[in-house]
Amino acid sequence: MITMLRKTSWSPYVVGSLIGVLSWFSFATVDKPIGITTAFEYTAALISQAVSPETASTNPYYTAPEKSPKIDWEWMLVIGVFIGAFISSTLSGDRSTDDVPDLWRKRFGGSVSKRFAAAFIGGAVMMIGARLAQGCTSGHGISGAMQLAVSSWVFVVALFLSGVGTAFLLYGKKGTNHV
Amino acid sequence: MFDEPSKLLLGLLTGIFFGFLLQKGRVAKFPVIIGQLLLKDWTVVKIMLTAVAVGSIGVFTLVSMGAAELHIKPAMFGGLLLGGLLFGIGMAVLGYCPGTSVAACGEGRKDAVVGVVGMITGALAYVWFYPRHQPILKSFADWGKITLPELTATSPWLWVLGLLILAATSAYIFEAIHRRSTPRHT
Repeated sequence: MITMLRKTSWSPYVVGSLIGVLSWFSFATVDKPIGITTAFEYTAALISQAVSPETASTNPYYTAPEKSPKIDWEWMLVIGVFIGAFISSTLSGDRSTDDVPDLWRKRFGGSVSKRFAAAFIGGAVMMIGARLAQGCTSGHGISGAMQLAVSSWVFVVALFLSGVGTAFLLYGKKGTNHV
Repeated sequence: MFDEPSKLLLGLLTGIFFGFLLQKGRVAKFPVIIGQLLLKDWTVVKIMLTAVAVGSIGVFTLVSMGAAELHIKPAMFGGLLLGGLLFGIGMAVLGYCPGTSVAACGEGRKDAVVGVVGMITGALAYVWFYPRHQPILKSFADWGKITLPELTATSPWLWVLGLLILAATSAYIFEAIHRRSTPRHT
């Protein structure tokens, strides 16, 4: 058992199956699908309400029926993901302290500030996209797709087309030799 | 402001398992995510397809027993297509998706930490500009909360079976290609 937990990686089919079973668990215990970005949205909503209550009072976001920003199950899920990945990587010694990933360095150089600027902008654009679509690779890509939601399958196709197109623009065909 | 403690604890537990699995699946890594988008490393698709196929069995069983309900998002095409476009661009630039960014932070990756700060900023922008973007998104087609079985008037079990066949077939093909491209050590 412990040697399994200390392994650097598991078969993607084993990981996928266990994530599937984990979804059964989340539906059975709290009747909720696994998702990540709603918690980010609610955190942002709570922050902006705390910082500027007047602006928040005129924003229809706070009176929309489907929005109820709070520290909830999903919020703790995100904290858990951090802890789980920390435990897994510590057990196997698969830790990384690199500022710039190798593949990025080969294409764009070793500048840390350049990499961090791109990561910041990429993260922001990705999150805006996730919230406009009301889900991400977890909420739509895994949870929504397994519920056979039309919205999720449309989103997954759109994000893969856009992601593949952008990756080829950024790294070109030559980039595939470095993966 | 806070959910009940039992729910918070269950969320934490589910998250720990999820993060553990994402890390063991190697998807909290920049080259694996970019490798998928460059159609070179199929780890992300393998994990997602397997999770969706296996997950669908349990979810539709629970739903048919009345022990759970479907929780899906409306098919609002404006948000889905614009969102998918932005999401793909952002993910290719950052090199992680939202869940794997958080997992990559747990693995110690500093660029993922910066990415998460960017994600919070993006979420703030979404909330601030909510009054501006909602009317635009709502001007596009909205089919409501509809599933593929409902849309096609078929049994969900047909689709679950289809997903299982799809996952098994593609796993077989992935492994066959892998065997062919790996030089044999004789």
